[in-house]
Amino acid sequence: MLAESLFFSAVLFVIGVVGVLTRRNAIIIFMCVELMLNAVNLAFIAFAQVHGIAGQVFVFFVMTVAAAEAAVGLAIIIALFRHKQTVNLDNINLLKG
Amino acid sequence: MLLPLAQESHAAAAAGGGAMEWLWLVPLLPLLGFVVNGLLSLTSAVTLGPSDPSAAHGAGHGTGHEAAAHSDHPPSGGAHGDDHHPVARHRWAGLVSFVGPAVLLLSFLLSVAIWLQYRASGAHDPFVQRYFTWMLTGTLGIEAALMIDQLSLIMLLVVTGVGTLIHVFSVGYMRDDPGYPRYFAYLNLFVFFMLLLVLGANYPLLFVGWEGVGLCSYLLIGFWFSEKANADAGKKAFIVNRIGDFGFLVAMFLLFANYGSLDFQVLEASVGSQAVLGGALVTTICLFLFLGCTGKSAQIPLYTWLPDAMAGPTPVSALIHAATMVTAGVYLIARSHFLFALAPVASLTVVVIGALTAVFAATIGLKQWDIKKVLAYSTVSQLGYMFVGVGAGAYTAGVFHLVTHAFFKALLFLGSGSVIFAMHRAYHATHSHEDAQDMRNMGGLRKYMPWTWALMWIATLAIAGVPPFAGFFSKDEILASVFMRAQESTLADARWLGIPGDIVLYSCYVLGLAAALMTAIYMTRMMIYTFHGPNRTGETERSHLAEAPWVMTAPLVVLGVASAVGGWLNLPKFLPLGPTETLHHWLEPVNGGSALDITKGSEPALAHSVEYTMVGAAVAIAIFGILFAWRRLRPERLVPKAEARPEEGFERVLANKYYVDELYDRTVVRPTYATSRNLLWRGIDVGLIDGLMVNGSAWVARGAGWLGSALQTGRTGTYAWVLVLGVLAVVGAVTLR
Repeated sequence: MLAESLFFSAVLFVIGVVGVLTRRNAIIIFMCVELMLNAVNLAFIAFAQVHGIAGQVFVFFVMTVAAAEAAVGLAIIIALFRHKQTVNLDNINLLKG
Repeated sequence: MLLPLAQESHAAAAAGGGAMEWLWLVPLLPLLGFVVNGLLSLTSAVTLGPSDPSAAHGAGHGTGHEAAAHSDHPPSGGAHGDDHHPVARHRWAGLVSFVGPAVLLLSFLLSVAIWLQYRASGAHDPFVQRYFTWMLTGTLGIEAALMIDQLSLIMLLVVTGVGTLIHVFSVGYMRDDPGYPRYFAYLNLFVFFMLLLVLGANYPLLFVGWEGVGLCSYLLIGFWFSEKANADAGKKAFIVNRIGDFGFLVAMFLLFANYGSLDFQVLEASVGSQAVLGGALVTTICLFLFLGCTGKSAQIPLYTWLPDAMAGPTPVSALIHAATMVTAGVYLIARSHFLFALAPVASLTVVVIGALTAVFAATIGLKQWDIKKVLAYSTVSQLGYMFVGVGAGAYTAGVFHLVTHAFFKALLFLGSGSVIFAMHRAYHATHSHEDAQDMRNMGGLRKYMPWTWALMWIATLAIAGVPPFAGFFSKDEILASVFMRAQESTLADARWLGIPGDIVLYSCYVLGLAAALMTAIYMTRMMIYTFHGPNRTGETERSHLAEAPWVMTAPLVVLGVASAVGGWLNLPKFLPLGPTETLHHWLEPVNGGSALDITKGSEPALAHSVEYTMVGAAVAIAIFGILFAWRRLRPERLVPKAEARPEEGFERVLANKYYVDELYDRTVVRPTYATSRNLLWRGIDVGLIDGLMVNGSAWVARGAGWLGSALQTGRTGTYAWVLVLGVLAVVGAVTLR
């Protein structure tokens, strides 16, 4: 049971990573980040079945942080869109000096 | 200011006090003159108002001196001038005329007092006065110390004595030049350095004087620097001398590295005890020293600067480029006798170069038209004689010729100055632009300048070696010495480039006789073309020819007397017309020992019959030369320079000085320029330093910055990729470990 759960978690995580790397739309990338977080949550739950309750506690923390992150992140994306009229990250390179 | 700290040597204790205590004043007086005249030269020159009639007068004076390149323009009486040297008497001319010669006269009188005291004390050892430590680094300690011995006393008297006369002459010759105070400042400075050279008690101090006189020579050759040719001549003299100075420096380094001192007295002792006869080290040192001498004293291969040095004012040619500075090389060898006595091969080199120079320069002198050029080549030739003397270890003969040459060559140069002065004045009065120094424009001047004519004949007979004039005795002694050294000496035993030394010396003797013959011919030629035959100056100019003022003629008279009786300084034994060999005995304490070493301990002597034959031959040669020139030359056939046709055949080669300047230009000057321009400038400086080093490092920095900034795209995608790759790398490294 553990192996299957971890394999599923890994597949979800890789899908998230590939999404973050290949997509250009900030919203999609944001959703992929959420996917990676949930893949990690799944791994925590799976481990919690074997090593005790601590894993489940961590999942609550992650969900809390993810909720906060979603709020802040979406707010940034909206601000960005208002400023640049786009959420395509290829057109956004304000970090370049 | 400079109080002697201590006095060395036993004789000094006896001889000290009196005039000798004031030794430091001898060089310092000319230095004082330099300071005063130098300060006066900083004040503005012109005192003439616009109302002066000569202002309009000067405008008519163009640039067109045909031989401007080498012409010497003495400013003649009255305030006027040409474009190059607008002539106006300096406002301080009166004061300068007093200070310039006065310091020299005082210096000379003091020198005489010192000489008298030294002679009266009967001292044999040098008298040294140490003033302060000049340098003290490691084991090298150099003192600012002046030394008086028999040799430096002779030089001292010649430099200050002849120097005073030439300063007096300059008062007349240069008075109306706007640079008058500057001229005397340089001349005084020259005498200061020359005295330092002569009095210095060690090689570095001598070298300071050596370089200082070179500097003053440069300044005075280029005195009329507004003409490029004059400035170029000055530069040439300076640069050619640098080549020689390199040799002098290397010799000093070698001396210090091997004998641990540069003091004459210390060196003489340590070299004598350590060096071996004919050793490689001492030979090398001597050859390098001689390289220095060939530069300063204008010997082959570095003689080319001296004829060009005639671009300076004529009294300068007399003082620096004939009587004193150029003899510094002879003095240096006489001073370094303890080295040369141990190096027969180097000594033979000195003799051979001297003899070759004597002949070579004399042949060039045969075909020169510029009166000063004839005298310049004659000087080179006579310096060759002196080197034959000192090289052969006949120090007395070499120094004797140095002294007599100072008399008669100064007289010849000042006489030529007097002639040029008159010629210039005549051409100036008629606004002619002819060359005032070309003998083809002279002729028949005897009628107009009888004093100069008579005095220059005395000097001509002296230099040609006609008894009883000074040159006869000194030249004859050099030739006789070479002949004797060929029979019995360390030089005769040595081999020079594989040739036995005695053969070399006999050859040099023959070369010396040949040079004597040519000397008689070219000097007579000069006299005939200048003073005899018809006048070629020009119809209107002729009426303006006249003898120079007494301030110029009086020094000539003194020098004329000295040239006539100078031989009595050192009469040979076989001609006892008075006390014989005075100079020889006087110099014996200095380098008599070395002379004996060279002759292997025996006092050289020839049978009287041989001596009389040799002297008879020498006199016959001189008289034959004079008569030959007198019979063959036809001054009435000469035409003025403007109408003269160029020489042909070998005469052209001689008139062009064997094309040596051109040869040096092709082989040394131009390759140096080309290397400097193409390799050092364009290759090393522009290419390597500027290109590779300076701009190259800038390119590297810029490239690195470009790479770094290219990594920072500012796109989050890129950063994410890099992050993931990094994580994968870390995870991979941890897992696969």
